Amino acid sequence: MMATQTDAVRVAKASHAASRRRQKNPTGVFGALSHIALIVWTILVVGPILWTFLASFKTNPEIVGDAPLALPDNFSWASWGRAWEKAHIGRYMLNTVFVVGVSTLFTMLFGSMAAYVLARYRFFGNRAIYYLFVSGLSFPVFLALVPLFFVVRNLGLIDTHIGVILVYIAYSLPFTVFFLTAFFKTLPNSVAEAAMMDGASHTRTFFQIMVPMARPGLISITIFNILGQWNQYLLPIVLLSGSVEDKWLITQGIANINTTAGYEADWPGLFAALSMAIIPMLIVYIIFQRQIQSGLTAGAVK
Amino acid sequence: MRQGDGGLAARLVSARARKYGFIFSFLAIPLILYVVFVISPYAQAFYISLTNWRGISANPQFIGFENFTRLLDDDVFWAAVRHHGLLLLAMPLITIAIALFFSFLLNLGGGSRGGRMTGVRGSRFYRVVYFFPQVLAVAVVGVLFQAIYRPDQTGVLNGLLKWVGVNPVGWLINTDLALWSIMGVVVWQSVGFYVVLFSAGMSAIPSDVFEAAALDGAGRFRLFFSITLPLIWDTIQVGWVYLGIAAFDCFALVQVLSVDRGGPDNATTVLPLEIWRTAFTFSKFGYASAMGVALFFLTITFAALSLRVTRRERIEL
Repeated sequence: MMATQTDAVRVAKASHAASRRRQKNPTGVFGALSHIALIVWTILVVGPILWTFLASFKTNPEIVGDAPLALPDNFSWASWGRAWEKAHIGRYMLNTVFVVGVSTLFTMLFGSMAAYVLARYRFFGNRAIYYLFVSGLSFPVFLALVPLFFVVRNLGLIDTHIGVILVYIAYSLPFTVFFLTAFFKTLPNSVAEAAMMDGASHTRTFFQIMVPMARPGLISITIFNILGQWNQYLLPIVLLSGSVEDKWLITQGIANINTTAGYEADWPGLFAALSMAIIPMLIVYIIFQRQIQSGLTAGAVK
Repeated sequence: MRQGDGGLAARLVSARARKYGFIFSFLAIPLILYVVFVISPYAQAFYISLTNWRGISANPQFIGFENFTRLLDDDVFWAAVRHHGLLLLAMPLITIAIALFFSFLLNLGGGSRGGRMTGVRGSRFYRVVYFFPQVLAVAVVGVLFQAIYRPDQTGVLNGLLKWVGVNPVGWLINTDLALWSIMGVVVWQSVGFYVVLFSAGMSAIPSDVFEAAALDGAGRFRLFFSITLPLIWDTIQVGWVYLGIAAFDCFALVQVLSVDRGGPDNATTVLPLEIWRTAFTFSKFGYASAMGVALFFLTITFAALSLRVTRRERIEL
């Protein structure tokens, strides 16, 4: 393999001019077909989302009528108001911002603390604790579902945001610890050692030296956790399953929007609610597009 | 001199104490949270699966493997397992094929320019657009596709079909079609992720290799099948395992999108949905946990098998 390859490379370099002449024409039938395929998939992706935005401005007969693909006659924001107030999308959104904000913050704090200690200190039980954390990656969460519900209930935390936050943190720890342990191991020792020499405590060394050094890794995993927790559906419907609709999270609210009072016939309101759930993600994605792609595909390393 | 030694020893001891104090203080909270909410439920699940627990007041009674023998006679359970089998075969295959095709176009489809392989024009734009569905919540996507799949002409898809003169299709109400419709949504949402994943793999291939192959007269098909595919095999394998594990989930989508949650007539049900329903609608906690244990062993078996089967000699560059 290696030998033929280097031969080929030598030949390639010897006749660079020839190669350039031959590959100058990348278009033709293949190029045209490939552009068509790419555009078709673009339409498949953008179409449904664009259609949702448009439908939120339509009237009921316009959506259910004969021409579901037509443009709305006039753009009305009324359905957006209804979705925000009557379907409580505003409430769900604020709940979710609170829950995900707090739990991501503490996931990162606890996750990086555990990962730092596991990555850089030698002590009895280090490996065992590391593998205990990592083993959490290989279990399907559905296995734990029943006992988890009762653990949370026995602690008196069922139907509370605190319960959801604690569970989110716990279930985000395996991947966070796994990824950050590897990351802290790659950081150089010298800076931390110098700080300790100068009398900084272990805790201070961590917060003032190591955390700033680990910023790129921390940012990737923060994004990973925010998206994962924001989009979580199973845990809210199990942990906030009582009659506590005022505590619902956004995914729960959207999924149940057909069943919330008086909503059966209000299609524009439904699409306005969907748009409200999509738009924040769209904005965040456009701004952090590069970090999100690398943050999410970082998961593939596991 | 002796005193100095004593001082040093004392300092060492206190340094050790400080170190262990620090380790303890940093590990205690994460470890407690993790053990209480993750490890202990997993461990309890195995025990609960051997009981006839119906929750709340009564003490669970140990009934051995009865739940599991009942599972073997449970038609709904087998329907769910069959659905996982179909998802496991078709979903990764379709998703990976589409994603490979697009990532090849986006990274290498433009031919070589100045000695470097390039993608077709606008490849950055396509990659950004394709990835976007991945950041949307599955529950949101489910509600969105309810409107798209609606069985009469008010559904977006059927509206389009009417336009070209085809009768409305019951995307979600036809028992033969429903699971495929749901699979279509999974593919729609995940292709972009794998395009990005495979693109990373392809951009790591040295351009010398492609140039040499092109010089030897390899066309685009040869470039794809004989060069690109073997060189990113590792990445494809990762994608395969990922999609396979996803095939054992599908909870949110089936719960939100399908008719009657898993219907029509259990045509789309999956194990996670049955676990959730058995536990929180029927309060059969022991039986639900037995399904959870079955799901766990199915997942583990898949992961172990796929790692063995797809392992092949890695090509070093």
